Amino acid sequence: MVLASFASSNDLFSHLWQTVLPDYIANTLILGVSVVFLSLIFGTLSAAFIVHTNVKGKKLLRWLLLLPLAMPAYLVAYLYTDLFDYAGPIQRTLRAWFDWQSPNDYWFFDIRTLPGASLVISLVLFPYVYMLARTAFEQQDQNLLRAGRLLGLSANQSFFQVALPLARPAIAIAASLVLMETLADFATVNYFAVNTLTTAIYDTWLGYGDLATANALASILMLIILFVVVAEQRARAGQSHQSNRPNHHIEIIKLSFIQQLFISGFCWLLVLAGFLLPFALLVMMAFEYSDMAQLMKLVEPSINSIEVSFYAATIATCLALLFGLYRRLSIDKWRMLPSSLSGFGYAVPGTVLAMALLATFGPLDHFINDLAESFQLQTPGLILSGTIFAIVFAFVVRFAAIANGTISSGIEQIPRSIDLAPATLGAGLAGMLKKVHLPLLKPSILVAWLLVFVESMKELPAVLLLRPFNFETLSIQIYQLISDEMLEQGALSAILIVLLGLVPIIWLNRSKELT
Amino acid sequence: MKETGRYCQNNLMQKITFIKKNILITLASFSFIYSSFIQASEEVNVYSYRQAFLVEPLFDKFTEQTGIKVNVIFAKKGMAERLAREGKYSPADILLTTDISRLIELHDRDLLQAYSSNTLLDAIPSQYRAEDNSWYGLTTRVRNIYSAKRLGAINVNYEDLADSKYKGKICTRSGKHAYNIALVASMIAAHGKADTLTWLEKFKANLARKPQGSDRGQVQAIHQKLCDISLGNSYYFGKMLADENQKVWADGVYINFPNQSNRGAHVNISGMGMAKYAPNSDSAKKLMEFLVSKDAQKLYAETNMEYPVRTDVMPSELVASWGKFKADSLPLETIAKHRKEALKLIDQAKFDL
Repeated sequence: MVLASFASSNDLFSHLWQTVLPDYIANTLILGVSVVFLSLIFGTLSAAFIVHTNVKGKKLLRWLLLLPLAMPAYLVAYLYTDLFDYAGPIQRTLRAWFDWQSPNDYWFFDIRTLPGASLVISLVLFPYVYMLARTAFEQQDQNLLRAGRLLGLSANQSFFQVALPLARPAIAIAASLVLMETLADFATVNYFAVNTLTTAIYDTWLGYGDLATANALASILMLIILFVVVAEQRARAGQSHQSNRPNHHIEIIKLSFIQQLFISGFCWLLVLAGFLLPFALLVMMAFEYSDMAQLMKLVEPSINSIEVSFYAATIATCLALLFGLYRRLSIDKWRMLPSSLSGFGYAVPGTVLAMALLATFGPLDHFINDLAESFQLQTPGLILSGTIFAIVFAFVVRFAAIANGTISSGIEQIPRSIDLAPATLGAGLAGMLKKVHLPLLKPSILVAWLLVFVESMKELPAVLLLRPFNFETLSIQIYQLISDEMLEQGALSAILIVLLGLVPIIWLNRSKELT
Repeated sequence: MKETGRYCQNNLMQKITFIKKNILITLASFSFIYSSFIQASEEVNVYSYRQAFLVEPLFDKFTEQTGIKVNVIFAKKGMAERLAREGKYSPADILLTTDISRLIELHDRDLLQAYSSNTLLDAIPSQYRAEDNSWYGLTTRVRNIYSAKRLGAINVNYEDLADSKYKGKICTRSGKHAYNIALVASMIAAHGKADTLTWLEKFKANLARKPQGSDRGQVQAIHQKLCDISLGNSYYFGKMLADENQKVWADGVYINFPNQSNRGAHVNISGMGMAKYAPNSDSAKKLMEFLVSKDAQKLYAETNMEYPVRTDVMPSELVASWGKFKADSLPLETIAKHRKEALKLIDQAKFDL
C-alpha cells in the first residue's frame, strides 16, 4: 500500500511499479528467504555435527568448512554458471555420451534461475552461520544439555530443545548477515540473470538517472531488512543465556556406520561445492593462461589489497569492541544506538555506499580546499574522497555489521556477574577490561577481525569507485578481466585473493586450538 | 553501577580524543602524499570506463612520444557521480567511455568542456562527435547479428528478430545492457515508440532462453545448437577467433551486417571528452589529439578489433576481411536522445524477465 501510494506520486516509480517492480520484489523476497533457509541448514547442521558427533575427519573439516568464506561470491557465480550452463562442459559431456542433440532431448536443471542463484549464494555464505553456531555450541553450558538428558531427552531432542535455542542469538546474527549480504548483492545475481530490487536501484540510478527514486527503492530494501531483524529480536526478547563455565567437556554422540557415511558426506559435499571445486577450476585456468610475469605484476595489487583490508579490519574490530562494551557497560539511554546504527551498512549495495560517501566527503573536501584557498595556502586536493581513506572508511561502514555481530555475540556469552566482580575487588574499569573482558573476548575479536579482513579482500564495487590513481587491488584486477569476459586470465588474481584470505583463517584456527 | 557508567564515559572520551588525534595524523600524511603527487609536472589523469589494460599500450606510446605520464582509473558504475562530487577539485582531465550514452550523460550533467581543433574536426566524421565539441568518438563498433552457418547465408535486418520464423531460435544478453539499449534507441529513432514496443515483445517471444550472459556466450550457445541467431558487437568476433578455446564457436557462425538495403547497421562508439575542470588541460589536449592520430587509431584498431573512427585508417586485416558495410547515418547524438524511452520500453516488454 505504501508502495502503491508512492507510485502515484512519482512517474518513474509508477512506470516501474506497473512493469517490472512486482517481479523484482517477489524475486528479492524469494531469494532472501531461500538463501537464509539454506545457509541455516548448511551452517547449523555442519556446526552441530562437528561439535557434537564423532564424525570422521572432524579436525580437518572443522576449518575446511570455513574456506568458502575466502571465495568471492561473484567469482563462484561466474564459475558455476559457466560450468552448468547448456553450453558448459557438464551438459556438453552428457550430450556427447548420450547422443542428445537439443535441449528438448533431455532435462537438466537451469542454473540461471532463482533456485540456482539461491543454492550457489548459500554455498559461499553458510560459513557465517557455521562459524558463529560452532562457537556458540562450543561455549554453551554443557550442564544444561546434561540436565536435559537426565530429564529423559534423547540426544537429538536435547540438541533441538536445548542446544539450538541456546545458540539462537548467535545464529540469528549470522542469518541477518547472510540476508544483508544477499540483498545488497548485484554482481552475483546478475550472472544468474535474476533481477532483484538491486537491479531496479541500479536501473533507476544509472539508466534513468533518477537518484531520488533509486533512494526510495534502497529504502524499501532497508525496510525489509529492518523488519526481519527487529522481528527476530522481538521474538527472543527477554531470553538471556550466559555460561560461566565455558570449557566443559562436550558430550559427543557416537555415530553408526551409516550415519557416519551420511554426515561426513554432507560436510565434504559442502566443502567440495563451496570451495574445492571452484578453487580447482581456478587453478586449472591459471595453469592454462598464466605465467610468472603475470604473477610479478600482481605483487603490488596484493600489497594494496592487504593494506586496505588490514586497516579496515583493525578499525572495524576496535569500533565494534568499543560499541559493544559501551552498550554492555554504560547505563546511557542511547547506549544501543551506535552498534545498531552502524550495523546497516552491510545491507547497502557497495556502489550505493560509495556514492553516499562521495556525497559526504565531497563537500567536506571542498570546504577544506576552499578554506586553504582563502588563507592563500596551497590547496591539498581531495584528501578525503580521493585517497585510500575513503576506501577504508567504506569498508569499515560496510562491514561494521560483521564485526559488531561477532563481538556482541561474544559479549553476550560473558555473564553479567563478571562485570561486577573486578569492581568489588577494587580494580578500575581499564583494569577490568584488560584482565577480564578482553581475554574472554579474544576468540570473538579474532573472528571479527578475520571476517572483515576476508570480506575487504573480496570487496569490489566500493574500491572500484573510490580508489585514487595508480591504485589497483586484486579484486579490481579480476573485475577488469571478467568485465571483458576473460576470467581465465584473471584466475591468478582470484587464487591470490583466496590464498591471502586463507592465511588468517588457518592462523586463526591454529591459535584457537592452542587456547 | 552508575559510577561504573560514568567512569566508562570518561574513559570513552579519552579514547575518542585519542582516535581523533590519530585520524588527524593520518589525514595529514595523506594530504602530504597527495599534494606531492599532484605537483608532479607533465601528467594527465584519465577516468576510463574502458578496462585499463586495453588502453595502456596507447598511453605507453603517448608517454614515449611526449614525456607526459598518464594516470588511469577504470570504473563503470558511478564514475559520472564521482566526477560530479569532486567538482572543481577533481583531478580528472580526460574521460574515456565505451558507449555513447555515457558521453551524453557526462555532457548533460555539465561535466565536460568543449575543445576543438582542426586536428580533431578533420579526423572525426561529424556523426560521431558532439555538435558543441564536448565529446568525440574514437572507434566504432557495429551491433551485428550472428547467425549459425547451418542456416546458410542469410540477409537479416534488426526488424527480422521479431519475425515468427525465428521462434525459439534467438539468444541475447540482457536487454538492459548499454549496447542493447542503444540499439533499441536506434529502433525508436527509425520506427517510433509504439512499433518498437511491438518489435520488442515479438523479439522476446522468439528468444530461446531468458536474456543472460555475454555477447560471446550467445555465440557459444549457437555453437551448442541452443539457438541460431544472436546479437553481438563486432569486435567480439575477432576476439573469439583469436582465442584458442573460443575459435570453434566463432567458426560456426556468420557475422551479418543488418539493414544493408535500408538505413544501415547500428553503430556505437567508444569516445572521449575533456573534464570540465581539467587541471592539466594542455596535456589533456595533447592526449586527445594523439588518440585520433593515425598511429594511435591504427593501434586501437589492431588491439581491440574495432573500427577506427578515421576514415583514412584501415581496420585490422581480420576486421577488414568481414567486408565493407553501410552504417546508420543518423547522428549518434540524435539516437541517444531516445535512451530513456528505450529503457522504459524494455521494462514494459519485460524483456529480461
